[in-house]
Amino acid sequence: MSYIVDRRLNSKNKSTVNRQRFLQRYRKHIKKAVSDAVDKRSITDIENGEKISIPSKDINEPVFSTGSGGVRSRVLPGNKEFVTGDQIKRPEGGGGGGAGSGASDQGEGMDEFVFQITQDEFLNFMFEDLALPNLVKRHLAGDEEFKYHRAGFSEEGNPAQVNIVRSLKAANARRIALTGKKRRQVKELKEEAAKLSGTEDPIEKQYLADLLEKIASLEGKIKRIPWIDDFDLKYNLHVKQPVPKSRAVMFCLMDVSGSMDQATKDIAKRFFLLLYLFLQRNYEHTEVVFIRHHTSAKEVNEEDFFYSRETGGTIVSSALKLMDEIIDERFPPSQWNIYSAQASDGDNWNDDSAVCYRLLVDNIMRKLQYFSYIEITPREHQALWHAYERVEAQFPQLFAMRQLISASDIYPVFRELFQKKATAAA
Amino acid sequence: MTNKPISTSSEWNFELVQEYDRVIAEIAKEYRLDTYRNQIEIISSEQMMDAYASIGMPIGYHHWSYGKQFLQIEQSYKRGQMGLAYEIVINSDPCIAYLMEENTMMMQVLVIAHACYGHNSFFKGNYLFRAWTDASSIIDYLVFARAYVTKCEEKYGVEAVEAILDSCHSIMNYGVDRYKRPYPLSVEEEQERQREREEYLQRQVNDLWRTIPTEDKQKKEDDGFRFPQEPQENLLYFIEKNAPLLEPWQRELVRIVRKIAQYFYPQKQTQVMNEGWATFWHYTIMNTLYDRGYITEGFMLEFLQSHSSVILQPPYDSQFFSGINPYTLGFAMMTDIRRICEKPTEEDKRWFPDIAGSDWITTLDFAMRNFKDESFILQYLSPKVIRDLKLFTIVDDDRKKNIEVTSIHDDSGYQKVREALSAQYNLGNREPNIQVYSVDIRGDRSLTLHHSQFNRQPLEPESSTEVLKHIHRLWGFDVHLHSLCDDEIKESFHCPPKEKPKAKK
Repeated sequence: MSYIVDRRLNSKNKSTVNRQRFLQRYRKHIKKAVSDAVDKRSITDIENGEKISIPSKDINEPVFSTGSGGVRSRVLPGNKEFVTGDQIKRPEGGGGGGAGSGASDQGEGMDEFVFQITQDEFLNFMFEDLALPNLVKRHLAGDEEFKYHRAGFSEEGNPAQVNIVRSLKAANARRIALTGKKRRQVKELKEEAAKLSGTEDPIEKQYLADLLEKIASLEGKIKRIPWIDDFDLKYNLHVKQPVPKSRAVMFCLMDVSGSMDQATKDIAKRFFLLLYLFLQRNYEHTEVVFIRHHTSAKEVNEEDFFYSRETGGTIVSSALKLMDEIIDERFPPSQWNIYSAQASDGDNWNDDSAVCYRLLVDNIMRKLQYFSYIEITPREHQALWHAYERVEAQFPQLFAMRQLISASDIYPVFRELFQKKATAAA
Repeated sequence: MTNKPISTSSEWNFELVQEYDRVIAEIAKEYRLDTYRNQIEIISSEQMMDAYASIGMPIGYHHWSYGKQFLQIEQSYKRGQMGLAYEIVINSDPCIAYLMEENTMMMQVLVIAHACYGHNSFFKGNYLFRAWTDASSIIDYLVFARAYVTKCEEKYGVEAVEAILDSCHSIMNYGVDRYKRPYPLSVEEEQERQREREEYLQRQVNDLWRTIPTEDKQKKEDDGFRFPQEPQENLLYFIEKNAPLLEPWQRELVRIVRKIAQYFYPQKQTQVMNEGWATFWHYTIMNTLYDRGYITEGFMLEFLQSHSSVILQPPYDSQFFSGINPYTLGFAMMTDIRRICEKPTEEDKRWFPDIAGSDWITTLDFAMRNFKDESFILQYLSPKVIRDLKLFTIVDDDRKKNIEVTSIHDDSGYQKVREALSAQYNLGNREPNIQVYSVDIRGDRSLTLHHSQFNRQPLEPESSTEVLKHIHRLWGFDVHLHSLCDDEIKESFHCPPKEKPKAKK
């Protein structure tokens, strides 16, 4: 009789571990494919999975095999026209056995190994090795998150936390301590009894009986010592400790002035989208403040930041001022790690660049952990870039600026700006 | 038509599967099929992909190559380039067969007949399986292997374990002693032995390497001592026992790969027979079911359609041709043996005097038990099958200008075709013959391998160089590989690579 088993409800992801191993092993290839893909994608598409292809020669598992040459004989089916002794021309390019057959079984046709990774894996690879720099200010926000730590042992606790080894050790020690004297007496009495055993003398016989009685009574007493007692019980002690958490805020400043044409805005948005995704994914508790500006700056929500079409002239300092105000108001630098990313085409109102410089150097930079500026322009740099260069000279650790020309630069520049540093600049 | 059809709809359910299985078991008994107990497991298509990726082992250790396999299957399945097999069957006791839930009722019946009674009886009866595998202990062993690999990964890191496994996999085809009977073990024994082995083995290895040369050079050349004294074909075994630098746990990993290679060794050599046997029996059983009225005509038509696509053999010049279909060849030969027994012609009486007219069940059973592909073809490939499949042989000699047709399906050709086809299934001709020749145990500890060329066929240089790197990793010292033809070194590979050409001998 056969058993029939329904296994359909068993887990179907038996291969998950092996799949992960494979991805791990070929991460270099996958990363390259991911970074190529990021450039090619449109904004809305950035969160999907990706098709990865790896040259199959890189993932071959080699075995000994014969090369072409020598004598080979082969049996083939479906003879139509040949008779013994026929000569067939050797097919072009084919080395060995596949005489006359279109499909050679040598497997030379395979070129790329193609497979799909999920959205989650895609993003993992995309943001791998990236980090917010200088994330050092840790604030003890005591009421938010706790962690239990072991803290030795205690005399009291709940039954689930009984430490069995300790409890039994204590019980054992107590039993030894309480019975020591009696056990010694028993031992002595037994020795004496052993000497008297087999005696015929009635007095000694009586004495022996007394001895045995004493031994029995002592042994009874020893037996009555409880094997485990309430005060033997020891409990594992856990104490609650607040977890220090780093709080971070990212300011996204985007120029939406008239000089930014549609393509430039698109690039800026893609940059911020990447940044936003990165923060959402890797820094769960990070706040993001969106500021857009033309002649005046405005704090907006995510939706407006990415999709609103409002526009006007350009005064960059308005955004910096607003940011400074918001910092003072809501994000005291003593408690917050503050970051800022700014995107612009470099156009600014004539005298305003100097104002920006002063604002940054005198005010903002000492509150920040990191300020990154990207300028999206294929043209010559203008006053704003030069002003920022002076800022960079003064704060080389905290200030970074890059130029973007086309959409394909976004991801590399993004990686450069947020590359994990080997040693955190403390 | 003495029975009522068991079912008429294409939907299956557990009661019906059970009922069909019962009837098929009765029929199989009448045909004297001796099987292990059956365990039929119903799985989904995702689980089928998992089963595929682990090359049919129900429990495998973790390795990236299985992940690669899985991705490959998943990709081609999702794109519709490939259908999944209807069934996977495992040589174990009880014999586990996986049925996909997507199959129709007919398909489930076909699979039960094919796998649970066809393959199953082959696993139990064929001499190679009897000698090389132990169906009752394989699951235990796989459990042990998986646990051991995981333990090593925790202890020594995934990468270190992976490196050893990679290297072992590259010479997995060289993990069998063809002339020695191995003894299978169960899980407890294996664990026990493994602990003992670890200590003992290391001691032995150290002994071998302790030989400190004290004699003068002259003597050393003279005494002609060679290690190993005989060439060794089982590279994995040789490395497991003798590699100087492997840690005990690494040796155990080598052993695990070797044991699994051994388990699959019979399957490689009996593909035509195994599939032919199973196909023959599903065909015979289905027809019997139909004759007795258990299945309807529609059911039978559906069956014949999928049966004929299983045994389809595209001709050599078709774009779908990819070698000889083992199902076709095996089925044709098995069916022909029955024909020779039941209705022998004059030709059959000449070719097969001892089986013509005998009891077909006994004859087939004998053939199934005592042969492998190579010998089976040599013994039983009949002129009729050669004619039906229109087999012909070609010889491609690189010293001649053209490829020559050396025999076709005519009187003078039958014997030649038969021998050529048999040779084609000889494992020794299909895989390069590579053996351990010597180890310089008193010098630089280098390992020398010899490849004996078959029909002057050289080694494929690129992959051989890669494999040599793997052997080097296991051995720990220089590895040389000489490719020999008529005792003459034609080509040499070295790892680490050597600049100057080899001029020894």
